[in-house]
Amino acid sequence: MMVNTTEEQRIGRYGRFGGQYVPETLMTALKELEGAYEDAISDSSFIEEVNYYLKDYVGRETPLYFAERLTKELGGAQIYLKREDLNHTGAHKINNTIGQALLAKRMGKKKIVAETGAGQHGVATATVCALFDLECVVFMGKEDVRRQELNVFRMELLGAKVVSVDKGSGTLKDAVNEALRYWVSNVEETHYILGSALGPHPFPRIVRDFQRVIGVETRRQIVEKVGKLPDAIVACVGGGSNAIGMFHPFVEDKDVALYGVEAGGSGISTGLHAAAVAGGKEGVLHGAYMYILQDDNGFIQEAHSISAGLDYPGVGPEHSYLHDIGRVKYTSVTDAEALEGLQLLSKREGIIPALESAHAIHFGGELAKKMSPEEILVICLSGRGDKDVQTVRDALGVNNIG
Amino acid sequence: MAKVKLLNAIQSVNAQGDKAFVAYMMAGDGGLETLKSKILFLQEAGVTAIELGIPFSDPVADGPTIQLAGERALANGTTLRLILQELEIFYKEVTVPLVFMTYYNPLLSFGLEQFAQACEKLGIAGVIVPDLPVEETVELHKALAHTDVALVPLVSLTSPPDRVAKITASGEGFIYAVTVNGITGVRNGFGDQLEQHFSQLSELSNIPVLAGFGISTPEQVKNMGALADGVIVGSSIVEAFHQNDMEKITGLIQAAKKRV
Repeated sequence: MMVNTTEEQRIGRYGRFGGQYVPETLMTALKELEGAYEDAISDSSFIEEVNYYLKDYVGRETPLYFAERLTKELGGAQIYLKREDLNHTGAHKINNTIGQALLAKRMGKKKIVAETGAGQHGVATATVCALFDLECVVFMGKEDVRRQELNVFRMELLGAKVVSVDKGSGTLKDAVNEALRYWVSNVEETHYILGSALGPHPFPRIVRDFQRVIGVETRRQIVEKVGKLPDAIVACVGGGSNAIGMFHPFVEDKDVALYGVEAGGSGISTGLHAAAVAGGKEGVLHGAYMYILQDDNGFIQEAHSISAGLDYPGVGPEHSYLHDIGRVKYTSVTDAEALEGLQLLSKREGIIPALESAHAIHFGGELAKKMSPEEILVICLSGRGDKDVQTVRDALGVNNIG
Repeated sequence: MAKVKLLNAIQSVNAQGDKAFVAYMMAGDGGLETLKSKILFLQEAGVTAIELGIPFSDPVADGPTIQLAGERALANGTTLRLILQELEIFYKEVTVPLVFMTYYNPLLSFGLEQFAQACEKLGIAGVIVPDLPVEETVELHKALAHTDVALVPLVSLTSPPDRVAKITASGEGFIYAVTVNGITGVRNGFGDQLEQHFSQLSELSNIPVLAGFGISTPEQVKNMGALADGVIVGSSIVEAFHQNDMEKITGLIQAAKKRV
């Protein structure tokens, strides 16, 4: 599951993106993490341990499911869904937290700090902390605590301490700020399990490598099923962890078109969105040089999306690079379109996707219509929608569910 | 160009047997119209240099006091551009060195070259960027190369000796030695390995070493001053300005003098 180290990756850069823009106090911890990670991935017993938990605890591998009814309805490409929603805890997030928790144990760290938006990464982190007997603190924006009450309780049930962050806009970016402050203050005994392909080097690489299992399995499964690689792959992008995990094993396959779907919120033109590629500028946030939503003074702007998991004003450095070189095409889907995607998949396939994944479903559906029935399209179904049912009900109004 | 303005100011204070005292204040807290009176007050009160905080939306290295001051400044509409405009009105009256403390993104957004030119024009003596470790300083060093604006580096308690050597080698103005593992703000106590840390730092550094983060009382100014060439006091000055408690500020500054 681990991969090549190109020149760029060794110094933590993807083209001009990435880097390590953090307080000096954290530099030693980042170097320690980098060293421990290199050491771990060259140790076959570590890889075996990660794979053991992914199989017997998380339930991997996840199916690559042919969505026959959806395909028929749309009348275009054959649509396959990578079922990351079937993982333990309901999303792809646990692929990364299993790996990072085992890494933390290996480094002798007893405490874990994490940020969470929707709560999926927080739950996945609290879960592995329970599993591996690590103390767990999760920072979550006040607004997200309100939106995702049940996930807060889930984390608490799992033994984590959830700290509500009322600074700034009280959302994911502010939770990351607090998690970084906590890490600076407790750096010697604490590992920060960052949840997306973001942050200072080596986090974007570590998160990508632990999420690559999505793309590696997909590649093998699609060849087994149809005897060839897909023509196109679609994944949603917030910070970008499920997407980078899905895309990375296909980056060199130039005939496989890759599409990243950002959260368009109320529409890019309204300014109320979370599409950092479409509406952002290059800059530095949370340790990395990447595309960021910011104003003319370099102040970071709030992101807006119905999906808490995509509600982040930046997009990870490797995505920024893949956009820059034109390898991945980034596009966006509005809140309203994501809600359509969610209902479509629920009614045609009996699968309620997470609102995040519903962005990919909607774009994937539109793309499939333009493709021929001989062509193959894979959509990464990054998580299940149980957590979003309340939000969706509020957004649709009960009467609109026809 | 040699970076002498800030260095000379500190060394001349040290030459008199006093410790350098750098006061931090948040520009725009209380309104940008108060910037001049606050800077001139600190200058009159005898500070060695003034660290001028530029507010930022996501100040990850700052504790609650400076975060709140930053939020108040942002609510007043304070930006780097407006701070530079305001300074232009009265910079000729400022005789103590001014050092900007700013996160990196506002500088990137402003343009590093433009920032360097603006600093030079206003006689700014230094800049501190808390989210810019030595590995990432190439571009900013380059932009500042032809100015007398020092890029002041931070050294932390967690920096191992080889890093400290690397940081001090390229350091300009002074070394900002962080006294705690943590963010800015008031603290009651410090770790017990500080003495050794500072003696190592002084040995490695050709420029003065100033202690900062968590220094908030005249007693701490004296104690930390004894270990270093001077101190940087932030949160308690920010809070005192906010409460309009000018006596508290003069008391802190006096504690750095040889005789009180």
